[in-house]
Amino acid sequence: MQFIQELYELLIATFFDILPIAVIIFGFQFLIIRKRVKNLKAVLTGMVYVLIGITFFLLGLEQALFPIGRSMAQQLTDPEFLESVRLTVGELQWQDYYWVYIFAFAIGAGTTIAEPALIAVAMKANEVSGGAIGVWGLRVAVALGVAFGLALGSYRIVVGAPMHYFIIVGYVIVVIQTFFSPKIIVPLAYDSGGVTTSTVTVPLVAALGLGLAETVPGRSPLIDGFGLIAFASLCPIISVMAYAQLSEFKDARALKKTLKEEYYVKKSTTKPNERD
Amino acid sequence: MKQTLRLFINSLLGSVRDLLPIVLVIAFFQIVVLQEAPDNLLQTFIGLFFVVLGLTFFIFGLEQGLFPIGESMAHAFANKGSIFWLLTFAFALGFGTTIAEPALIAVADEASKVVAEAGLIEVSEHAMERYADGLRITVALSVGFAITLGVLRILLNWSIQYIIMVGYMLVIVMTGFAPDEIIGIAYDSGGVTTSTITVPLVTALGIGLASAISGRNPMLDGFGLIAFASLFPIIFVLGYGMMF
Repeated sequence: MQFIQELYELLIATFFDILPIAVIIFGFQFLIIRKRVKNLKAVLTGMVYVLIGITFFLLGLEQALFPIGRSMAQQLTDPEFLESVRLTVGELQWQDYYWVYIFAFAIGAGTTIAEPALIAVAMKANEVSGGAIGVWGLRVAVALGVAFGLALGSYRIVVGAPMHYFIIVGYVIVVIQTFFSPKIIVPLAYDSGGVTTSTVTVPLVAALGLGLAETVPGRSPLIDGFGLIAFASLCPIISVMAYAQLSEFKDARALKKTLKEEYYVKKSTTKPNERD
Repeated sequence: MKQTLRLFINSLLGSVRDLLPIVLVIAFFQIVVLQEAPDNLLQTFIGLFFVVLGLTFFIFGLEQGLFPIGESMAHAFANKGSIFWLLTFAFALGFGTTIAEPALIAVADEASKVVAEAGLIEVSEHAMERYADGLRITVALSVGFAITLGVLRILLNWSIQYIIMVGYMLVIVMTGFAPDEIIGIAYDSGGVTTSTITVPLVTALGIGLASAISGRNPMLDGFGLIAFASLFPIIFVLGYGMMF
Protein backbone atom coordinates (compact mmCIF):
# COMPACT_ATOMS: atom_id res chain seq x y z
CA MET A 1 0.00 0.00 0.00
CA GLN A 2 2.81 2.32 0.96
CA PHE A 3 4.45 1.36 -2.29
CA ILE A 4 1.47 2.43 -4.37
CA GLN A 5 1.36 5.68 -2.44
CA GLU A 6 5.03 6.28 -3.26
CA LEU A 7 4.52 5.41 -6.92
CA TYR A 8 1.61 7.79 -7.12
CA GLU A 9 3.52 10.65 -5.49
CA LEU A 10 6.49 10.15 -7.79
CA LEU A 11 4.27 10.03 -10.85
CA ILE A 12 2.70 13.34 -9.87
CA ALA A 13 6.09 14.92 -9.10
CA THR A 14 7.55 13.79 -12.44
CA PHE A 15 4.43 14.98 -14.21
CA PHE A 16 4.92 18.46 -12.77
CA ASP A 17 8.60 18.34 -13.78
CA ILE A 18 7.65 17.61 -17.37
CA LEU A 19 4.67 19.96 -17.43
CA PRO A 20 6.51 23.29 -17.96
CA ILE A 21 8.53 21.70 -20.77
CA ALA A 22 5.39 20.30 -22.40
CA VAL A 23 3.61 23.65 -22.07
CA ILE A 24 6.51 25.49 -23.73
CA ILE A 25 6.88 22.94 -26.52
CA PHE A 26 3.21 22.63 -27.40
CA GLY A 27 2.55 26.33 -26.77
CA PHE A 28 5.14 27.28 -29.38
CA GLN A 29 4.05 24.43 -31.62
CA PHE A 30 0.42 25.51 -31.74
CA LEU A 31 0.73 29.31 -31.40
CA ILE A 32 3.88 30.17 -33.32
CA ILE A 33 4.74 27.32 -35.67
CA ARG A 34 1.10 26.45 -36.33
CA LYS A 35 1.94 23.35 -38.26
CA ARG A 36 0.69 19.89 -37.51
CA VAL A 37 3.23 17.71 -35.77
CA LYS A 38 4.17 14.67 -37.77
CA ASN A 39 3.04 11.52 -35.95
CA LEU A 40 1.56 13.52 -33.11
CA LYS A 41 0.17 10.35 -31.60
CA ALA A 42 3.55 8.64 -31.55
CA VAL A 43 5.20 11.72 -30.06
CA LEU A 44 2.60 11.94 -27.30
CA THR A 45 2.95 8.22 -26.54
CA GLY A 46 6.68 8.78 -26.43
CA MET A 47 6.25 11.55 -23.88
CA VAL A 48 4.08 9.25 -21.77
CA TYR A 49 6.82 6.59 -21.99
CA VAL A 50 9.33 9.16 -20.77
CA LEU A 51 7.04 10.03 -17.88
CA ILE A 52 6.56 6.36 -16.94
CA GLY A 53 10.24 5.65 -17.46
CA ILE A 54 11.49 8.43 -15.20
CA THR A 55 8.90 7.58 -12.54
CA PHE A 56 9.91 3.91 -12.34
CA PHE A 57 13.57 4.82 -12.57
CA LEU A 58 13.31 7.19 -9.61
CA LEU A 59 11.13 4.78 -7.65
CA GLY A 60 13.68 2.03 -8.11
CA LEU A 61 16.57 4.31 -7.18
CA GLU A 62 14.76 5.42 -4.02
CA GLN A 63 14.12 1.81 -3.07
CA ALA A 64 17.35 0.15 -4.02
CA LEU A 65 20.33 2.36 -4.70
CA PHE A 66 20.00 5.57 -2.73
CA PRO A 67 19.53 4.06 0.76
CA ILE A 68 22.46 1.68 0.28
CA GLY A 69 24.62 4.34 -1.36
CA ARG A 70 23.94 6.84 1.39
CA SER A 71 24.56 4.39 4.19
CA MET A 72 27.77 3.23 2.51
CA ALA A 73 29.02 6.80 2.15
CA GLN A 74 28.31 7.27 5.84
CA GLN A 75 29.97 4.04 6.88
CA LEU A 76 33.09 4.61 4.80
CA THR A 77 33.62 8.08 6.28
CA ASP A 78 32.88 6.90 9.82
CA PRO A 79 35.94 7.49 12.05
CA GLU A 80 35.52 4.02 13.56
CA PHE A 81 35.78 2.36 10.17
CA LEU A 82 38.70 4.59 9.15
CA GLU A 83 40.47 3.67 12.39
CA SER A 84 40.16 -0.04 11.51
CA VAL A 85 41.67 0.22 8.03
CA ARG A 86 44.23 2.99 8.54
CA LEU A 87 47.74 2.94 7.12
CA THR A 88 49.47 5.49 9.34
CA VAL A 89 49.80 5.98 13.08
CA GLY A 90 48.91 9.06 15.11
CA GLU A 91 46.39 11.44 13.65
CA LEU A 92 44.41 10.40 10.61
CA GLN A 93 46.28 11.35 7.43
CA TRP A 94 44.79 11.82 3.98
CA GLN A 95 46.09 8.39 2.90
CA ASP A 96 43.88 6.72 5.50
CA TYR A 97 40.82 7.65 3.50
CA TYR A 98 41.87 5.39 0.61
CA TRP A 99 38.63 3.40 0.65
CA VAL A 100 36.73 6.67 0.25
CA TYR A 101 38.71 7.55 -2.89
CA ILE A 102 38.23 4.07 -4.33
CA PHE A 103 34.51 4.21 -3.53
CA ALA A 104 34.19 7.68 -5.09
CA PHE A 105 35.95 6.46 -8.22
CA ALA A 106 33.90 3.26 -8.53
CA ILE A 107 30.54 4.82 -7.75
CA GLY A 108 31.26 7.69 -10.14
CA ALA A 109 31.99 5.28 -12.99
CA GLY A 110 29.03 3.04 -12.15
CA THR A 111 26.41 5.77 -11.86
CA THR A 112 27.60 7.50 -15.02
CA ILE A 113 27.18 4.34 -17.11
CA ALA A 114 23.56 4.18 -15.89
CA GLU A 115 22.88 7.92 -16.42
CA PRO A 116 19.95 8.26 -18.87
CA ALA A 117 20.93 11.74 -20.12
CA LEU A 118 24.36 10.46 -21.13
CA ILE A 119 22.82 7.49 -22.94
CA ALA A 120 20.69 9.99 -24.89
CA VAL A 121 23.64 12.16 -25.91
CA ALA A 122 25.79 9.13 -26.79
CA MET A 123 23.01 7.78 -29.03
CA LYS A 124 22.74 11.12 -30.84
CA ALA A 125 26.51 11.53 -31.18
CA ASN A 126 26.78 8.05 -32.64
CA GLU A 127 24.02 8.77 -35.14
CA VAL A 128 25.31 12.21 -36.16
CA SER A 129 28.93 11.11 -36.51
CA GLY A 130 27.89 8.21 -38.72
CA GLY A 131 29.19 5.68 -36.22
CA ALA A 132 32.65 7.28 -35.85
CA ILE A 133 31.94 7.96 -32.18
CA GLY A 134 30.99 4.75 -30.46
CA VAL A 135 28.17 4.83 -27.92
CA TRP A 136 30.21 2.78 -25.46
CA GLY A 137 33.48 4.55 -26.18
CA LEU A 138 31.95 7.89 -25.27
CA ARG A 139 30.14 6.53 -22.24
CA VAL A 140 33.24 4.84 -20.85
CA ALA A 141 35.35 7.96 -21.47
CA VAL A 142 32.82 10.12 -19.62
CA ALA A 143 32.50 7.54 -16.83
CA LEU A 144 36.26 7.51 -16.28
CA GLY A 145 36.25 11.31 -16.18
CA VAL A 146 33.51 11.43 -13.56
CA ALA A 147 35.25 8.66 -11.57
CA PHE A 148 38.53 10.54 -11.52
CA GLY A 149 36.77 13.83 -10.77
CA LEU A 150 34.97 12.41 -7.75
CA ALA A 151 38.09 10.76 -6.37
CA LEU A 152 39.99 14.04 -6.74
CA GLY A 153 37.10 16.00 -5.24
CA SER A 154 37.00 13.68 -2.21
CA TYR A 155 40.73 14.12 -1.76
CA ARG A 156 40.22 17.89 -1.84
CA ILE A 157 37.59 17.73 0.91
CA VAL A 158 39.88 15.56 3.05
CA VAL A 159 42.92 17.84 2.76
CA GLY A 160 40.79 21.00 2.72
CA ALA A 161 42.53 22.68 -0.23
CA PRO A 162 40.70 25.62 -1.84
CA MET A 163 38.61 24.35 -4.66
CA HIS A 164 39.20 27.10 -7.20
CA TYR A 165 42.87 26.11 -7.67
CA PHE A 166 41.78 22.70 -8.89
CA ILE A 167 39.12 24.16 -11.14
CA ILE A 168 41.50 26.73 -12.65
CA VAL A 169 44.10 24.05 -13.40
CA GLY A 170 41.30 21.98 -14.97
CA TYR A 171 40.28 24.94 -17.16
CA VAL A 172 43.87 25.42 -18.31
CA ILE A 173 44.10 21.74 -19.27
CA VAL A 174 40.80 21.99 -21.19
CA VAL A 175 42.01 25.07 -23.10
CA ILE A 176 45.32 23.41 -24.04
CA GLN A 177 43.57 20.20 -25.10
CA THR A 178 41.10 22.18 -27.21
CA PHE A 179 43.97 23.27 -29.47
CA PHE A 180 45.32 19.76 -29.94
CA SER A 181 42.13 17.68 -30.13
CA PRO A 182 40.37 16.68 -33.33
CA LYS A 183 37.99 19.59 -34.07
CA ILE A 184 35.01 17.31 -34.38
CA ILE A 185 35.08 16.20 -30.74
CA VAL A 186 35.41 19.62 -29.06
CA PRO A 187 31.71 20.66 -28.80
CA LEU A 188 30.68 17.15 -27.76
CA ALA A 189 33.41 17.08 -25.12
CA TYR A 190 32.24 20.40 -23.68
CA ASP A 191 28.70 19.04 -23.58
CA SER A 192 29.67 15.85 -21.82
CA GLY A 193 30.56 17.90 -18.75
CA GLY A 194 26.94 18.88 -18.29
CA VAL A 195 25.21 15.61 -19.00
CA THR A 196 26.98 13.54 -16.40
CA THR A 197 25.41 15.00 -13.36
CA SER A 198 21.72 14.36 -13.21
CA THR A 199 19.33 11.79 -11.84
CA VAL A 200 21.62 9.06 -10.57
CA THR A 201 24.88 10.77 -9.77
CA VAL A 202 23.88 13.92 -7.91
CA PRO A 203 22.04 12.36 -4.93
CA LEU A 204 24.76 9.77 -4.31
CA VAL A 205 27.52 12.32 -4.70
CA ALA A 206 25.81 14.76 -2.37
CA ALA A 207 25.68 12.05 0.30
CA LEU A 208 29.37 11.34 -0.13
CA GLY A 209 30.39 14.99 0.05
CA LEU A 210 28.23 15.63 3.08
CA GLY A 211 29.49 12.49 4.84
CA LEU A 212 33.10 13.53 4.30
CA ALA A 213 32.60 17.15 5.29
CA GLU A 214 30.82 16.09 8.48
CA THR A 215 33.43 13.63 9.69
CA VAL A 216 36.78 15.03 8.58
CA PRO A 217 38.02 17.25 11.41
CA GLY A 218 38.03 20.95 10.55
CA ARG A 219 35.59 20.75 7.62
CA SER A 220 32.20 22.40 7.58
CA PRO A 221 29.44 20.46 5.81
CA LEU A 222 27.91 23.73 4.66
CA ILE A 223 31.00 24.99 2.86
CA ASP A 224 33.08 21.91 2.07
CA GLY A 225 30.17 19.65 1.19
CA PHE A 226 29.83 21.49 -2.10
CA GLY A 227 32.20 21.11 -5.00
CA LEU A 228 32.06 17.43 -5.91
CA ILE A 229 29.57 18.05 -8.70
CA ALA A 230 31.88 20.69 -10.19
CA PHE A 231 34.69 18.14 -10.34
CA ALA A 232 32.34 15.58 -11.87
CA SER A 233 31.39 18.02 -14.61
CA LEU A 234 34.88 19.32 -15.39
CA CYS A 235 36.88 16.09 -15.61
CA PRO A 236 34.74 14.40 -18.32
CA ILE A 237 35.57 17.28 -20.69
CA ILE A 238 39.23 16.40 -20.26
CA SER A 239 38.70 12.64 -20.53
CA VAL A 240 36.53 12.84 -23.65
CA MET A 241 39.09 14.99 -25.45
CA ALA A 242 41.81 12.62 -24.28
CA TYR A 243 39.81 9.70 -25.66
CA ALA A 244 39.57 11.43 -29.05
CA GLN A 245 43.25 12.32 -29.02
CA LEU A 246 44.19 8.74 -28.17
CA SER A 247 42.08 7.24 -30.93
CA GLU A 248 43.44 9.77 -33.41
CA PHE A 249 46.97 8.94 -32.32
CA LYS A 250 46.28 5.21 -32.69
CA ASP A 251 44.75 5.72 -36.14
CA ALA A 252 47.68 7.85 -37.24
CA ARG A 253 50.14 5.22 -36.08
CA ALA A 254 48.23 2.45 -37.79
CA LEU A 255 48.20 4.51 -40.99
CA LYS A 256 51.92 5.17 -40.71
CA LYS A 257 52.54 1.48 -40.24
CA THR A 258 50.55 0.49 -43.31
CA LEU A 259 52.27 3.18 -45.36
CA LYS A 260 55.65 1.91 -44.21
CA GLU A 261 54.75 -1.68 -45.03
CA GLU A 262 53.54 -0.66 -48.45
CA TYR A 263 56.79 1.19 -48.98
CA TYR A 264 58.85 -1.87 -48.10
CA VAL A 265 56.68 -4.10 -50.25
CA LYS A 266 57.20 -1.71 -53.14
CA LYS A 267 60.91 -1.56 -52.49
CA SER A 268 61.33 -5.33 -52.42
CA THR A 269 59.28 -5.81 -55.53
CA THR A 270 61.03 -3.06 -57.47
CA LYS A 271 64.53 -4.25 -56.65
CA PRO A 272 64.72 -7.09 -59.19
CA ASN A 273 63.58 -4.72 -61.87
CA GLU A 274 66.36 -2.32 -61.09
CA ARG A 275 68.92 -5.06 -61.63
CA ASP A 276 67.56 -5.68 -65.08
CA MET B 1 3.46 -7.82 -31.87
CA LYS B 2 6.08 -10.51 -31.57
CA GLN B 3 8.69 -8.13 -32.95
CA THR B 4 7.77 -5.38 -30.51
CA LEU B 5 8.07 -7.87 -27.68
CA ARG B 6 11.50 -8.97 -28.87
CA LEU B 7 12.58 -5.32 -29.17
CA PHE B 8 11.32 -4.67 -25.65
CA ILE B 9 13.15 -7.67 -24.19
CA ASN B 10 16.32 -6.66 -25.99
CA SER B 11 16.30 -3.16 -24.58
CA LEU B 12 15.40 -4.56 -21.16
CA LEU B 13 18.58 -6.63 -21.36
CA GLY B 14 20.45 -3.52 -22.47
CA SER B 15 19.24 -1.71 -19.36
CA VAL B 16 20.37 -4.61 -17.18
CA ARG B 17 23.83 -4.25 -18.72
CA ASP B 18 23.79 -0.48 -18.06
CA LEU B 19 22.99 -1.08 -14.44
CA LEU B 20 25.41 -3.93 -13.85
CA PRO B 21 28.51 -1.83 -13.01
CA ILE B 22 26.85 0.04 -10.18
CA VAL B 23 25.39 -3.17 -8.74
CA LEU B 24 28.84 -4.76 -8.82
CA VAL B 25 30.42 -1.74 -7.14
CA ILE B 26 27.88 -1.76 -4.33
CA ALA B 27 28.08 -5.54 -3.91
CA PHE B 28 31.88 -5.39 -3.73
CA PHE B 29 31.90 -2.68 -1.08
CA GLN B 30 29.18 -4.35 0.98
CA ILE B 31 30.74 -7.82 0.93
CA VAL B 32 34.48 -7.17 0.83
CA VAL B 33 35.02 -3.82 2.53
CA LEU B 34 32.13 -3.30 4.93
CA GLN B 35 31.46 -7.03 5.30
CA GLU B 36 27.74 -6.94 5.84
CA ALA B 37 24.60 -7.70 3.88
CA PRO B 38 22.23 -4.84 3.09
CA ASP B 39 19.20 -4.98 5.41
CA ASN B 40 16.49 -5.43 2.87
CA LEU B 41 17.71 -7.63 0.07
CA LEU B 42 14.27 -8.31 -1.42
CA GLN B 43 13.38 -4.62 -1.54
CA THR B 44 16.71 -3.92 -3.20
CA PHE B 45 16.05 -6.43 -5.96
CA ILE B 46 12.54 -5.13 -6.55
CA GLY B 47 13.98 -1.63 -6.70
CA LEU B 48 16.62 -2.66 -9.21
CA PHE B 49 13.93 -4.24 -11.38
CA PHE B 50 12.07 -0.90 -11.38
CA VAL B 51 15.23 0.96 -12.36
CA VAL B 52 15.73 -1.39 -15.32
CA LEU B 53 12.09 -1.06 -16.35
CA GLY B 54 12.21 2.73 -16.02
CA LEU B 55 15.40 3.06 -18.07
CA THR B 56 13.88 0.91 -20.82
CA PHE B 57 10.71 2.99 -20.99
CA PHE B 58 12.74 6.20 -20.92
CA ILE B 59 14.86 5.17 -23.91
CA PHE B 60 11.76 4.07 -25.83
CA GLY B 61 10.15 7.43 -25.14
CA LEU B 62 13.33 9.25 -26.03
CA GLU B 63 13.38 7.83 -29.53
CA GLN B 64 9.66 8.16 -30.05
CA GLY B 65 8.89 11.45 -28.33
CA LEU B 66 11.68 13.74 -27.17
CA PHE B 67 14.14 13.43 -30.06
CA PRO B 68 11.56 13.76 -32.86
CA ILE B 69 9.74 16.72 -31.32
CA GLY B 70 12.99 18.56 -30.61
CA GLU B 71 14.22 18.07 -34.16
CA SER B 72 10.92 18.78 -35.86
CA MET B 73 10.63 22.08 -33.98
CA ALA B 74 14.17 23.02 -34.95
CA HIS B 75 13.36 22.35 -38.60
CA ALA B 76 10.06 24.23 -38.39
CA PHE B 77 11.76 27.29 -36.89
CA ALA B 78 14.54 27.15 -39.48
CA ASN B 79 12.01 26.97 -42.32
CA LYS B 80 9.86 29.71 -40.86
CA GLY B 81 12.91 31.92 -40.67
CA SER B 82 11.74 33.85 -37.64
CA ILE B 83 14.86 34.38 -35.56
CA PHE B 84 12.95 36.32 -32.93
CA TRP B 85 10.60 33.42 -32.13
CA LEU B 86 13.39 30.89 -32.26
CA LEU B 87 15.42 32.84 -29.70
CA THR B 88 12.32 33.37 -27.56
CA PHE B 89 11.69 29.63 -27.66
CA ALA B 90 15.31 28.93 -26.70
CA PHE B 91 15.09 31.30 -23.75
CA ALA B 92 11.73 29.92 -22.60
CA LEU B 93 13.03 26.37 -22.80
CA GLY B 94 16.11 27.17 -20.73
CA PHE B 95 14.31 29.30 -18.16
CA GLY B 96 11.21 27.12 -17.90
CA THR B 97 13.00 23.83 -17.42
CA THR B 98 15.37 25.22 -14.82
CA ILE B 99 13.14 27.27 -12.55
CA ALA B 100 11.20 24.18 -11.39
CA GLU B 101 14.18 21.84 -11.20
CA PRO B 102 14.07 20.05 -7.81
CA ALA B 103 17.86 19.74 -7.57
CA LEU B 104 18.18 23.50 -7.98
CA ILE B 105 15.58 24.22 -5.30
CA ALA B 106 17.52 22.03 -2.88
CA VAL B 107 20.84 23.71 -3.71
CA ALA B 108 19.35 27.22 -3.40
CA ASP B 109 17.99 26.46 0.09
CA GLU B 110 21.34 25.03 1.11
CA ALA B 111 23.11 28.09 -0.27
CA SER B 112 20.96 30.52 1.69
CA LYS B 113 21.95 28.69 4.88
CA VAL B 114 25.65 28.96 4.05
CA VAL B 115 25.41 32.65 3.26
CA ALA B 116 23.37 33.43 6.37
CA GLU B 117 25.86 31.56 8.55
CA ALA B 118 28.69 33.59 7.03
CA GLY B 119 26.86 36.77 7.99
CA LEU B 120 26.40 38.06 4.45
CA ILE B 121 22.64 38.22 4.86
CA GLU B 122 20.40 38.37 7.92
CA VAL B 123 19.73 35.10 9.70
CA SER B 124 15.99 35.31 9.34
CA GLU B 125 13.62 33.06 7.44
CA HIS B 126 12.48 35.96 5.32
CA ALA B 127 15.96 37.05 4.23
CA MET B 128 17.04 33.46 3.54
CA GLU B 129 13.97 32.74 1.50
CA ARG B 130 14.50 35.89 -0.53
CA TYR B 131 18.11 34.93 -1.13
CA ALA B 132 17.17 31.41 -2.23
CA ASP B 133 14.46 32.67 -4.58
CA GLY B 134 16.84 35.24 -6.04
CA LEU B 135 19.41 32.54 -6.62
CA ARG B 136 16.89 30.27 -8.35
CA ILE B 137 15.79 33.05 -10.67
CA THR B 138 19.43 33.93 -11.37
CA VAL B 139 20.26 30.35 -12.35
CA ALA B 140 17.11 30.02 -14.48
CA LEU B 141 17.91 33.32 -16.24
CA SER B 142 21.46 32.14 -16.85
CA VAL B 143 20.28 28.88 -18.44
CA GLY B 144 17.78 30.79 -20.59
CA PHE B 145 20.57 33.15 -21.64
CA ALA B 146 22.91 30.21 -22.30
CA ILE B 147 20.50 28.34 -24.60
CA THR B 148 19.68 31.59 -26.43
CA LEU B 149 23.36 32.37 -26.94
CA GLY B 150 23.99 28.78 -28.02
CA VAL B 151 21.24 28.95 -30.65
CA LEU B 152 22.58 32.31 -31.82
CA ARG B 153 26.01 30.70 -32.13
CA ILE B 154 24.59 28.02 -34.43
CA LEU B 155 22.80 30.66 -36.53
CA LEU B 156 25.80 32.98 -36.85
CA ASN B 157 28.43 30.23 -37.05
CA TRP B 158 30.55 31.45 -34.12
CA SER B 159 33.15 28.96 -33.02
CA ILE B 160 32.41 27.48 -29.64
CA GLN B 161 35.87 27.35 -28.12
CA TYR B 162 36.35 31.12 -27.95
CA ILE B 163 33.05 31.63 -26.15
CA ILE B 164 33.93 28.86 -23.71
CA MET B 165 37.38 30.33 -23.11
CA VAL B 166 35.99 33.81 -22.47
CA GLY B 167 33.55 32.16 -20.07
CA TYR B 168 36.39 30.39 -18.25
CA MET B 169 38.29 33.68 -17.96
CA LEU B 170 35.22 35.35 -16.47
CA VAL B 171 34.84 32.51 -13.96
CA ILE B 172 38.47 32.77 -12.91
CA VAL B 173 38.44 36.57 -12.56
CA MET B 174 35.12 36.60 -10.73
CA THR B 175 36.30 33.87 -8.36
CA GLY B 176 38.86 36.37 -7.10
CA PHE B 177 36.17 38.87 -6.16
CA ALA B 178 33.26 36.70 -5.03
CA PRO B 179 32.81 35.83 -1.34
CA ASP B 180 34.40 32.45 -0.48
CA GLU B 181 31.11 30.98 0.69
CA ILE B 182 29.47 31.24 -2.69
CA ILE B 183 32.30 29.77 -4.80
CA GLY B 184 31.56 26.08 -4.18
CA ILE B 185 27.85 26.63 -4.72
CA ALA B 186 28.47 28.58 -7.92
CA TYR B 187 30.74 25.89 -9.37
CA ASP B 188 28.21 23.19 -8.48
CA SER B 189 25.27 25.10 -9.93
CA GLY B 190 26.64 24.44 -13.40
CA GLY B 191 26.10 20.74 -12.91
CA VAL B 192 22.65 20.69 -11.35
CA THR B 193 20.83 22.62 -14.04
CA THR B 194 20.81 20.03 -16.78
CA SER B 195 18.13 17.45 -16.09
CA THR B 196 17.30 14.14 -17.72
CA ILE B 197 14.51 15.65 -19.81
CA THR B 198 16.27 18.88 -20.75
CA VAL B 199 19.43 17.24 -22.08
CA PRO B 200 17.88 15.11 -24.86
CA LEU B 201 15.50 17.88 -25.87
CA VAL B 202 18.17 20.59 -26.07
CA THR B 203 20.57 18.23 -27.86
CA ALA B 204 17.90 17.40 -30.44
CA LEU B 205 17.17 21.11 -30.89
CA GLY B 206 20.83 21.94 -31.54
CA ILE B 207 21.40 19.06 -33.93
CA GLY B 208 18.10 19.75 -35.70
CA LEU B 209 19.08 23.39 -36.24
CA ALA B 210 22.57 22.55 -37.40
CA SER B 211 21.26 20.06 -39.93
CA ALA B 212 18.45 22.35 -41.16
CA ILE B 213 20.72 25.34 -41.86
CA SER B 214 22.95 24.79 -44.86
CA GLY B 215 26.66 25.10 -44.28
CA ARG B 216 26.48 23.85 -40.69
CA ASN B 217 27.96 20.58 -39.55
CA PRO B 218 25.79 18.81 -36.93
CA MET B 219 28.87 17.46 -35.12
CA LEU B 220 30.66 20.83 -34.98
CA ASP B 221 27.66 23.12 -34.58
CA GLY B 222 24.90 20.93 -33.20
CA PHE B 223 26.53 20.15 -29.87
CA GLY B 224 27.49 22.81 -27.35
CA LEU B 225 24.14 23.98 -25.97
CA ILE B 226 24.53 21.86 -22.83
CA ALA B 227 28.06 23.18 -22.39
CA PHE B 228 26.74 26.75 -22.30
CA ALA B 229 23.94 25.71 -19.95
CA SER B 230 26.52 24.39 -17.50
CA LEU B 231 29.01 27.26 -17.81
CA PHE B 232 26.83 30.38 -17.60
CA PRO B 233 25.15 29.50 -14.29
CA ILE B 234 28.61 29.58 -12.69
CA ILE B 235 29.20 33.13 -13.95
CA PHE B 236 25.72 34.37 -13.03
CA VAL B 237 25.82 32.84 -9.54
CA LEU B 238 29.27 34.31 -8.85
CA GLY B 239 27.83 37.67 -9.93
CA TYR B 240 24.81 37.15 -7.68
CA GLY B 241 27.11 36.34 -4.76
CA MET B 242 29.10 39.51 -5.31
CA MET B 243 25.98 41.64 -4.85
CA PHE B 244 25.75 40.76 -1.14
